[in-house]
Amino acid sequence: MIDSASDHERVRQFVTSNFYVPDGAKLDDTTPLIEAGILDSTGVLELVTFIESTFGIQVGDEELVPANFGSIQALCTFIGRKRG
Amino acid sequence: MTRACLLVHDFLAASARRAPADIAIECDGQRIAYGVLAERSHELAHALVALGVARGDRVIVLAESSIASAIAFWAVLEAGAVISIVHPQVKPAKLAALVASCQPRVLVAGARLEATFSDVARAAPSIAHVIALGASDAEARARGWLAWDAALALGAGASGPPRRCLDVDLAAIIYTSGSTGAPKGVMLTHRNMVAATHSICECLAMRRDDTILSVLPLAFNYGLYQMIMAVAVGARLFLERSFAFPNEIVQRIAAERVTGFPGVPTIFATLLGLDLARHDLSSLRYLTNTAAALPVKHLLRLHELLPQARIYSMYGLTECKRCTYLPPEDITRKPASVGIAIPNTELWLVDRDDRRLDTGEIGELVIRGSTVMAGYWGEPEETARKLRPGPLPGERVLYTGDLCRLDDEGYLYFVSRMDDIIKSRGEKVPPAEVEAAIMQITGIREVAVIGVPDELLGEAVCAYVLLDGSAALDARAIKRECQARLESYMVPAVIVVSDELPRMANGKIDKTQLARNHT
Repeated sequence: MIDSASDHERVRQFVTSNFYVPDGAKLDDTTPLIEAGILDSTGVLELVTFIESTFGIQVGDEELVPANFGSIQALCTFIGRKRG
Repeated sequence: MTRACLLVHDFLAASARRAPADIAIECDGQRIAYGVLAERSHELAHALVALGVARGDRVIVLAESSIASAIAFWAVLEAGAVISIVHPQVKPAKLAALVASCQPRVLVAGARLEATFSDVARAAPSIAHVIALGASDAEARARGWLAWDAALALGAGASGPPRRCLDVDLAAIIYTSGSTGAPKGVMLTHRNMVAATHSICECLAMRRDDTILSVLPLAFNYGLYQMIMAVAVGARLFLERSFAFPNEIVQRIAAERVTGFPGVPTIFATLLGLDLARHDLSSLRYLTNTAAALPVKHLLRLHELLPQARIYSMYGLTECKRCTYLPPEDITRKPASVGIAIPNTELWLVDRDDRRLDTGEIGELVIRGSTVMAGYWGEPEETARKLRPGPLPGERVLYTGDLCRLDDEGYLYFVSRMDDIIKSRGEKVPPAEVEAAIMQITGIREVAVIGVPDELLGEAVCAYVLLDGSAALDARAIKRECQARLESYMVPAVIVVSDELPRMANGKIDKTQLARNHT
C-alpha cells in the first residue's frame, strides 16, 4: 500500500516538474492551480491522465471539478477518497 | 429618436438607455447591470482623461476576464483612446515587446500578474500610470500604482468625457501572431468594429433575450466580440475564465438557460466527450465555431445532439474579424464548407498574378468591406503586403494569405494557409516564435517546430530538437522551460529529442519531410 505522504509527494512532484510555477507564486497545498496560472484546460487533462495511470483510479466527467482538482490538497483528498 | 451607433461604445450607451436594469455581464459570481456598467465606464473614462490619456493614446489591459476588465474596455474607448487587451498568460519578454510596439500611456493590470508586468511597466517610458485590479490602496501606493477603486474615484459624472473620436479613428489594436514570429498589431477603427458587430449579430439573429456563455478570453478577438455583440443587442453575457472543468460549463448552460455558446474545435471536441444527453441543453439556440475548422463528424454530431440549436461554422481572421459563415440550414448539405460572405462583405479568389479565379480553382482569398483593418501598427511594409488596391480608387482590400476554393453555388472551402502558422486549440502558433524560445534554453543545438494532426487540438505543436550536450535535458525539462517562456497554447504538446533531422540540399531542416516522418 502506498502511504498518503508519498501520494502527496508524487502529486506535488508531477505538478512542479510538468507545469511552470510562475515566479513569486509560491506553490503550497492550497494554491489555486487554475487561478494562479499553473494549470490550464490542457494541463487539467494531463493531470487526469497522470492520476488515472499512477493511482489506478478512473476520473468521471462529474468528478472533474475544482473541488477535486483545484489545488494539491484537493487532489490528495480526492485520490484518497477514490481509493477508499 | 434613436441615435446611430457610430462608435463602439455607443452600443453600451444605447443598451444602458434602453434597459438600465437588465444584467449585462456575469463573471465569477458577480453581475453588473447595463446602467451601472455605463456609469463605471464613465467614471474610469474621466479618470483616464484626468491621468493624461489623450485621443488616440493607447491603453493596455492585462487581466483575466472579469467585470472590471470589461469596464476598462468600454472606458478606454469612451476616453477616446485605443484599447489593446493582452492575454494574462503573456510572459514578460513578450509584454515588453507589445509595450515597445504600441507605447501605451496607461497599463490596467491584475495585481496578481505583478511578476509579469512590474519590471516591464517600470522600464517603459511611455507608461505614466499603472491601474491595478485587485490591489488595496496601500498595496498599490507602495508599488507606485493606482488601485482600481482609487482610479474610479478620480472620475465622476453622469455621462462620459466629451466625445472626441470619429468612426475612422482607431478603437483597438489586437496583436496577432505573424509568420516571422513577431506579433503584429492589427489596427481596427471604430467603423471596422461596428460594421463587424452589425454583420455578425445579423448572421446569428442575436436578440436582447439571449444569454451568451463565453469561455473565450477577452484578449482573443473572438472572445472580445462576444462582449461587444452581447452589449450591442442588450443581451446577458456569462464570462468564464477557463474551460478547464467542462462539466461545470455544461451545468451552467443548463442552469442559466444559456441560448448562445461560442467555441473553437477543441472546446466542441471536449464537449462531445461528455455525456451531453444527461443535461437539459434545450435552451441553446445557437453555437458558433471559428478560429479553425470543426471536423465534419463533430459538426454533424453536435447537430444530432442539439437539434434545436443553429450551428454556425464560421471563418475569419483578425485582420477583418470574420469573412464567412455557413448558414445553419446548409450544414448537412455542405458540412465541409465555411459558407458564404457575412453580410456587407464581398470575397473573391486570385492566382499569383492577381487574376480572379473561376469556380473550383484554388487561390488566395481576398476580402472587401468595412471590416477590413486599417493596417498593422507601425508596420507599413507588412501592411502594404496585406492591404492592396481594390476596385475603387484609393480603396484597399485584404489579401488574407489563405488558400481557398469556391464551389458552383459560391460556397467557400478553406484549403490551407500560405504561411507555416500552426493552428492549435484555435489559436495561431508561429513556429518561428516557438523555435526562438526553445533556442534560448541551455543545451539546445537546433530545433524545428511543426504542426501535426491531433484529434483534440486540431494541430498539435511538435518540436524536434537536437542537443549540444552542454546540459542534461529531456523532453519534460524542455517542456517546462517552454512553459516559462511561452503562453500555454504555444508550448509544444510533443517534444522529440533526436540525433539527427532530415535536411534539404542547403542544409536547412526539411520540415516537409519531418512532418511526413512523424507518426
